[in-house]
Amino acid sequence: MTTTADTKTETPLVRLTDAGKNYGNIIALQGVTLDVGASEVTCVLGDNGAGKSTLIKIIAGLHQHTHGTYEVEGEDVKFGSPREALDRGIATVYQDLAVVPLMPVWRNFFLGNEVRKGPAMDIAAMRKMAKQELLDMGIDLRDVEQPIGTLSGGERQCVAIARAVHFGARVLILDEPTAALGVKQSGVVLRYIIQAKERGLGVIFITHNPHHAYPVGDNFLILKRGRSLGYWQKDEITMGELTGLMAGGSELEELTHELEQAGTESSGLREVAHVFEQEVAELHVGELGAGAQQAPPSGNTGTRPPDPTQP
Amino acid sequence: MSQTVDVGTPPAPAQDERVAQRSTLGRLLARPEVGALAGAIVIFLIFFIVAPPFRELSSLSTVLYVSSTYGIPAVAVALLMIGGEFDLSAGVAVTASALVASMISYQFSANMFVGVLVALVVALAIGFINGFLVVKTGIPSFLVTLGTFFMIRGLNLAITKIVTGNVGTNDVSDIAGFGLAKNIFASSFNVGGVQIRITLLWWILFVIVATWVLLRTHIGNWIFAVGGSAASSRAVGVPVNKVKIGLFMTVGFMCWFTGMHILFAFNTVQSGIGLGNEFIYIVAAVVGGCLLTGGYGSVIGAAIGAFIFGMTNQGIVYAGWNPDWFYFFLGALLLGAILLNNFIRSRAEASR
Repeated sequence: MTTTADTKTETPLVRLTDAGKNYGNIIALQGVTLDVGASEVTCVLGDNGAGKSTLIKIIAGLHQHTHGTYEVEGEDVKFGSPREALDRGIATVYQDLAVVPLMPVWRNFFLGNEVRKGPAMDIAAMRKMAKQELLDMGIDLRDVEQPIGTLSGGERQCVAIARAVHFGARVLILDEPTAALGVKQSGVVLRYIIQAKERGLGVIFITHNPHHAYPVGDNFLILKRGRSLGYWQKDEITMGELTGLMAGGSELEELTHELEQAGTESSGLREVAHVFEQEVAELHVGELGAGAQQAPPSGNTGTRPPDPTQP
Repeated sequence: MSQTVDVGTPPAPAQDERVAQRSTLGRLLARPEVGALAGAIVIFLIFFIVAPPFRELSSLSTVLYVSSTYGIPAVAVALLMIGGEFDLSAGVAVTASALVASMISYQFSANMFVGVLVALVVALAIGFINGFLVVKTGIPSFLVTLGTFFMIRGLNLAITKIVTGNVGTNDVSDIAGFGLAKNIFASSFNVGGVQIRITLLWWILFVIVATWVLLRTHIGNWIFAVGGSAASSRAVGVPVNKVKIGLFMTVGFMCWFTGMHILFAFNTVQSGIGLGNEFIYIVAAVVGGCLLTGGYGSVIGAAIGAFIFGMTNQGIVYAGWNPDWFYFFLGALLLGAILLNNFIRSRAEASR
């Protein structure tokens, strides 16, 4: 990760230093430090309630931090609205609110940034641009007039990402883009993350799945109960360690045993148990510090490691 | 209906894997106003058959006039509903506008247009207050406007009583400027022996403008978006609160316009009228294909909905039926229209 080292010397696009947020007397987030440079993917991992959404809301301008500093290109900021963040090139793609389902694809694509011709919109141009832009990102739609709700979840996320890229986002915040998706669709979305990175964007990728985060990420921030557990560059941490920190190794092991016992009864469960067994094995290797080289499933698809078709 | 819908469905399997074209009919059926149009044709034919007076052109003129007085506020109510909100105060806001214009001009012996302008400000203020309360408190607009509905209703009665000592306002036909105002809001003219009321022309104009705004401008895009998903719209930078307040104020404007028509058509205004009309505006919008949950609908549909209302309202009289049945028919019509719209929408979605 030489790029990471380079950008460290430059001013990062987004930098949080010891940032935190209190809601009244409730501490939602505390002591978070992170950097996002151009062409960098920073993954924010954490279980439910770890403070991931609070963190994005601060960066996206929906909430303001109450502690620490938030800098955009070296300049101290406190955004009053998402619009202000957007104007600085920080775009957010939310898991469940990426799009307006009943509206046609092209209307969604240009929502908030409509191309105008006099008092009206230039509809023909927008249809064409939406189709072309999506095609460039590899989404071939038969009809941009169809309601976006008729697309699959992965496609919808991709449209939202393509939209942010098209409108000049420099930092892309992705809120659990793969959470509700199947393996194949997750792969599609992960590929877009790489594409966005290659186009020079800084990406903040929020997820609770280390298998999705590790292959695409350059930096990793792990949150637990509103606190930062640490911030690593890719060469400082292994897949196994990441998973371990996320889940807590012992909990995972326990789950594996449970599943193994149940697994004697059904082949489906046995497969699941097998997956967990492998994860635990990786975890132990990671803890011993030995098998750091053990190839993470950097498979460009981001599928879970043990493919059931190849036992 | 069912056989017409079926035509759109079967694509030849030899087609491109993803079926590039939908039939023209399929496209047509996907439009929100189709159900209303079908309903309007059926109702027109029914009255055409059972009520001989209904067949005359002068009857059509009356039907269109009645439709326009409900259709004008329904234009704005439909926009508001597409934007995801309700306004139950629209009916009494019409009355409030008429009362304000009448009393201001009469009591201050001012030119009629002073009253008309003050009424406009009041109507827009009612819209603004409704909208402001909805977006700032997050309370559903159904409840907020239910509250303002009762408040305006009370104010209409109480203030009129205080000012005029009566339940109605004084005759304004002698006030300077009345003639011009009547020409604008409540005149009529003859075309080939048929009387055309000017509200019909205004109604058509408003429908055209609103449809253009809705489908061709970025404001229209925002209206669909805030109704479809306010949170998503906010996240991409749409000024959700401004759009919603603007929509409530548009309802205020249309209520003002209708109020002015009532004032200059009858010269006096009774303070208790207008109750229940808000539901008719909403019925017109829903019959016209607007989704109660927002994000989907059409102004043309709402116009057809108002026309259906006008036809039924007058048709029952022409057919010599007991008008007591009118509201029963109105309710049945509403249910039928909703079922038809749901059916057509699901078929249209399936045939994509």
